Amino acid sequence: MSAATHTPDLVEQALPDPETPQSTGRRVKDRTATVAVWAAFVIAMIPLVWIIVALLVKGGSVVVSASWWTNSQRGMTTLTAGGGAYHAIIGTLLQAVVTAVISVPLAIMTAIYLIEYGRSTRFGRIVSFMLDILTGVPSIVAGLFIYALWVTTFGLQRVPFAVCLALVLLMVPVVTRSTEEMLKLVPNELREASYALGVSKWRTITSIVLPTAFSGIITGILLGLARVMGETAPLLILGPYSQSIATNLFSGFMGTLPTMINAERNEVAAIPLDRVWGAALTLIILVLLLNLAGRLIARYSAVRK
Amino acid sequence: MAKRIDVKDLNVYYSSFKAVEDVTMTVEPRSVTAFIGPSGCGKSTFLRTLNRMHEVIPGARVEGSVMLDDLDLYAKGVDPVSVRRSVGMVFQRPNPFPTMSIYDNVIAGLRLNGVKGRKDLDEAVETSLKGANLWNEVKDRLKKPGAGLSGGQQQRLCIARAIAVRPQVLLMDEPCSALDPISTLAIEDLVNELKSDFTIVIVTHNMQQAARVSDRTAFFNLAATGKPGRLVEIGDTQKIFNNPIERATEDYISGRFG
Ligand SMILES: Nc1ncnc2c1ncn2[C@@H]1O[C@H](COP(=O)(O)OP(=O)(O)O)[C@@H](O)[C@H]1O
Ligand SMILES: [Mg+2]
Repeated sequence: MSAATHTPDLVEQALPDPETPQSTGRRVKDRTATVAVWAAFVIAMIPLVWIIVALLVKGGSVVVSASWWTNSQRGMTTLTAGGGAYHAIIGTLLQAVVTAVISVPLAIMTAIYLIEYGRSTRFGRIVSFMLDILTGVPSIVAGLFIYALWVTTFGLQRVPFAVCLALVLLMVPVVTRSTEEMLKLVPNELREASYALGVSKWRTITSIVLPTAFSGIITGILLGLARVMGETAPLLILGPYSQSIATNLFSGFMGTLPTMINAERNEVAAIPLDRVWGAALTLIILVLLLNLAGRLIARYSAVRK
Repeated sequence: MAKRIDVKDLNVYYSSFKAVEDVTMTVEPRSVTAFIGPSGCGKSTFLRTLNRMHEVIPGARVEGSVMLDDLDLYAKGVDPVSVRRSVGMVFQRPNPFPTMSIYDNVIAGLRLNGVKGRKDLDEAVETSLKGANLWNEVKDRLKKPGAGLSGGQQQRLCIARAIAVRPQVLLMDEPCSALDPISTLAIEDLVNELKSDFTIVIVTHNMQQAARVSDRTAFFNLAATGKPGRLVEIGDTQKIFNNPIERATEDYISGRFG
């Protein structure tokens, strides 16, 4: 009590007078730091804004046409305007979905193991270390690895599914790490509350821990997916471009947005260049939509206090 | 329903650190036993060994025996999960499941153990919430999230959740220390009512609370930090507070240390 009543005096004595020269010096430093931070922010924003503006200006007119979203490039040449990116959008989405279907269970199971079971075990530390290495593997190396496995070792043809396998290598560490972070955020008290009710550990994980972390896990998956959709290197190695609509993952070629950009980029004429900008803008739109979906899910299914 | 607990020569370790040493005591059924003592003397640690909750802490282990009537909790083949169904626990900070409604919180234990029938669940919700003196406050908003209640209500919700699985013993680890005085009184009243059905053990750092709610009191102490905590004495609350045998108990209760 007595300490509380004395505190105001002490505070007044300890604080310097607001108008002393020392505080002027601090204000100058504050200004300088503020200006520096803003300058850095603006400099960092320039390329981003530039890219978006350039894409909108050069690709906007391509993307607004309805046939862009419904037609493929089948039979199109560098001299025939028209056609669309439907085949590439379908290819990108299909490969992304298959990649996710394989990656997500693997990643979530790994994260559950690492956080709920293997925290202080030797094997857990080894898995975690491997995951760090996998995170650092360049995408072209992932592509080459699958090529060596799929084509060189097994003697199989390059097919879209092989692309998915390479993308799985890139997606698993990302989703595992984000899921781990979300599981760590679940307070231990909730696990204990569940155990204290006589609920088994596995049941606690599936019924208490995962639902509590759900929105965060979904957000992580969507962000990981958005990243994987823009990957190009494994596609260049494993997924030759096709101008036609293809949905068979196990034979033939399949067009995707990154390989469409790469294929059309080789031409110098104006028509393919439009397609490059259009495909680039389309890819960015898809990625942005996924990001947006991730954030919306995070916002609206977040646990309400 | 209520059962007696017999603890014999119990030591508790965190890896190589001995946290609690040589505890022997009996907890009587249908009564409230309070654990008091300075913080760090191992009250929580010991409490958790009564339903094997210490086993979720890596490195924690126990020597000695704990009997629940004639079941040895640490015998080979006894499943800790089923032990916790008979010996429930309420924690210091209210911890309702944030993704669940009030209704789902109460029956979480039942549902996660496979009880399905709608009628049974509805009944369990009403009985348990009434048992926890919460029914009148929440009966119109059972579908609302449990996290939206006040701290005191959340703690009573946690008690309702704990008694919904019909345990024989209820362990409470400082259940009021995060609550305001009014909510604290509500919980104390509740403890008084619950003792007709359950064996209750309550850890508290509040001496008046121990005196108000408990029939028997156990005083724990430790010789020095880093030394294991020990049970100094246990007896009728009246006796412990008015006429303790040990000097240390008297010092602690009269506020001379701790
Ligand atoms: N999870 C743990 N790991 C290691 N030591 C612990 C852990 N929990 C408690 N301890 C130690 O055990 C002793 C008893 O702690 P605790 O049971 O929490 O005491 P109390 O509940 O009486 O305040 C303390 O020395 C504490 O540091
Ligand atoms: Mg404690």
